Amino acid sequence: MSDIQERISQLCPSATFEEGETLMVNVEEKDWYGLAKALKETKGLEFDVLSAVIGMDWKESLGVIYYLTSTSRGWEMIAVKVQVTDRVNPMIHSVSDLWKVANFQEREVYDFYGIKFINHPDMRRFFLRNDWKGYPLRKDYDADPKLNPIPTEDEKNEDDTVSYVEGKDGKIKAVPGKVFEENDYVVNIGPQHPSTHGVMRFRAAVDGETVKKVDVVSGYIHRGIEKLCEGLTYPQALHFTDRMDYMSAHQNRHCLCMCIEKAMGLEVPRRAQVIRVMMDELMRISSHLLSFGCTAMDLGATTAFFYGFREREMVLDIFEKTCGARMSMNYNVIGGVIADIHPDFVKDVKELIRIMPERLKEYHKVFSGNIIAMNRLKKVGHLSKEDAINYDITGPSGRGSNWSCDCRKVHPYSIYSELDFEEVLLDGCDSYSRYMVRMKEIEQSCKILEQLVDRIPEGDIRAQVPKVIKLPKGRWYQQVEASRGTFGVYIESTGEKNPYRLHFQSPCFNLVGVMNLTCSGYMIADLITIGAALDFVIPDIDR
Amino acid sequence: MEVKIKGMKHEDFKDNAYIDKLVDELNATGANVMVGKLDQLINWGIANSLWPLCFGTSCCAIEFMSLGAARYDMARFGFEVARNSPRQADYIMVQGTIVHRMAPVLRRLYEQLAEPKYVIACGGCAVSGGPFKNSYCVVPGVEHILPVDVFIPGCPPRPEAMFYGLMQLQRKIKVQKFFGGVNRQEKINDFFAKHPEERGRID
Repeated sequence: MSDIQERISQLCPSATFEEGETLMVNVEEKDWYGLAKALKETKGLEFDVLSAVIGMDWKESLGVIYYLTSTSRGWEMIAVKVQVTDRVNPMIHSVSDLWKVANFQEREVYDFYGIKFINHPDMRRFFLRNDWKGYPLRKDYDADPKLNPIPTEDEKNEDDTVSYVEGKDGKIKAVPGKVFEENDYVVNIGPQHPSTHGVMRFRAAVDGETVKKVDVVSGYIHRGIEKLCEGLTYPQALHFTDRMDYMSAHQNRHCLCMCIEKAMGLEVPRRAQVIRVMMDELMRISSHLLSFGCTAMDLGATTAFFYGFREREMVLDIFEKTCGARMSMNYNVIGGVIADIHPDFVKDVKELIRIMPERLKEYHKVFSGNIIAMNRLKKVGHLSKEDAINYDITGPSGRGSNWSCDCRKVHPYSIYSELDFEEVLLDGCDSYSRYMVRMKEIEQSCKILEQLVDRIPEGDIRAQVPKVIKLPKGRWYQQVEASRGTFGVYIESTGEKNPYRLHFQSPCFNLVGVMNLTCSGYMIADLITIGAALDFVIPDIDR
Repeated sequence: MEVKIKGMKHEDFKDNAYIDKLVDELNATGANVMVGKLDQLINWGIANSLWPLCFGTSCCAIEFMSLGAARYDMARFGFEVARNSPRQADYIMVQGTIVHRMAPVLRRLYEQLAEPKYVIACGGCAVSGGPFKNSYCVVPGVEHILPVDVFIPGCPPRPEAMFYGLMQLQRKIKVQKFFGGVNRQEKINDFFAKHPEERGRID
């Protein structure tokens, strides 16, 4: 840790450091871009992944916290804090040219906090309507419904954008721009479209049938979860995680619980750990089965959809018996799990493991080996490994580009370090690889379940926790491998019983960020299959 | 007169008082034998071939997919042909939270449905805003923007609950009056009379 500190001091003498869970570098705004460039490019540092961009309002200042990861240094993480005191016109240099993932992340920060990013190519709102008044995540936001009533008029298509460009003399001027070129033929897809996997809207500029550019319009299910969490206690905030990526409900909730437990210094009983991991893997199977079904259905193969759902119902039955619900299980709690497993749990899981290999063969026979599926998925939606890293595409989609990014391997949490499973990597870099990674991950999840199902230890299912949970002052960041990639939770606490800031870093947010890259140059019909193979869940993007 | 649904007894429904009230209303106004019989025939037809519009914004939509899959199989009741275009659908089942950005879109979709059209608010979010009620950009229940026929609570509702709600819609349809004083149409008109500015603005 100290060697990084030394090297950063050399690169940027004005930087100050805060020790904590991860090293926090405080850097002045004017030095930020230079330091970012150095952190990314200096040999021996090479922070090539921008894991999280978190907007903050500390009342006397606004700012952004960046979590950077260096894959070459064994996935070491540091945090960088940039602050500005100007509340009227806050400006921070954009790093979207260094890490492409920052493009959408910074738009999110602009949307929530009104921080403008200098040299960002496209500074528009992301989630909220473009006529929205105020910046909702600021602490002094006026939530009067009269200011922002329920709209009755469609918003205008936003074709104009703005970029704040810094000139040679250091002066910043707003340069207006256009989202599409003058003679582009733009096709609107969504928000009510069955194959966008939710209420996502794409505007695609097409040249004949070839896609030239995809503009993502998000926010049709933006519910403001992060702001809501700030007003709730920690146990109350838990239930939102099940409703973001509902196909990774257990993993997301596991992540938030772990983050809180880490902050409290709470030891989770072994039995609870094992149950949690088993639930996570069951959830992954259920998610990948749904993904299989939907990918097939998007290609017109309705039968395969029924096959996927047949097995998914088995998983849901297991959830229902133990958790009491088919979806939105609300199972993990701080310190463990809410209820013990059902007496049938072991039997049901064994049955699932027994039939899965057979059924997977059936899927491959029905769909994976099908000539239509191969033609539609193979060599479509190219995403190179470099781009996957730069856009922080984790999960099955990243591993389909041969990027070893499984959080269960690189930052082992809970009991994953003791388990024997393979990280599935394929180097096709196309939709088919992403799809096949999912199918193979089902096998790996079954392998994990097989190791655990007979070895669920006896003991408590949750640790003793105080009635009122207060976290000490500080900040924590926790990542887990959700069904679609690395899911992160950032908590900043001031010592109260509710979080000062709770940020969810969702994997799908990054996935939708590559839609423009992966779709450009392919047919408009491929846009649907590329989206299906990336497999994003919209409420996870919008939060 | 009793409203019959195949496979479900009258006493199995929990809110018969409401349907009985609709039956009384229907009886009180009276109808020509011919028109009455024709009414029954048309309503029987509509009630047994309700085509939904695919409109799922979040978790409830996944449960709706389960409804379409083999185990629950909504095709048994004539709900199966989920349409992607509102022009071809009979009802809109709002599955999930409606936020400010979505509200005008939902209204437009509703206006695009062909008459007779129905609205089901499915799940806590569509009923009342659910856990997101206090958020800065969530519509606290779709009844603020649409006239709702059936509410299905749950987060998300079980597929069985969705069936129950859909059967309630069938029962409501079976007592509606297609010719003459259409009690449903009046209600819709009342709703838009109370929300005048919206109807004018959305084309």
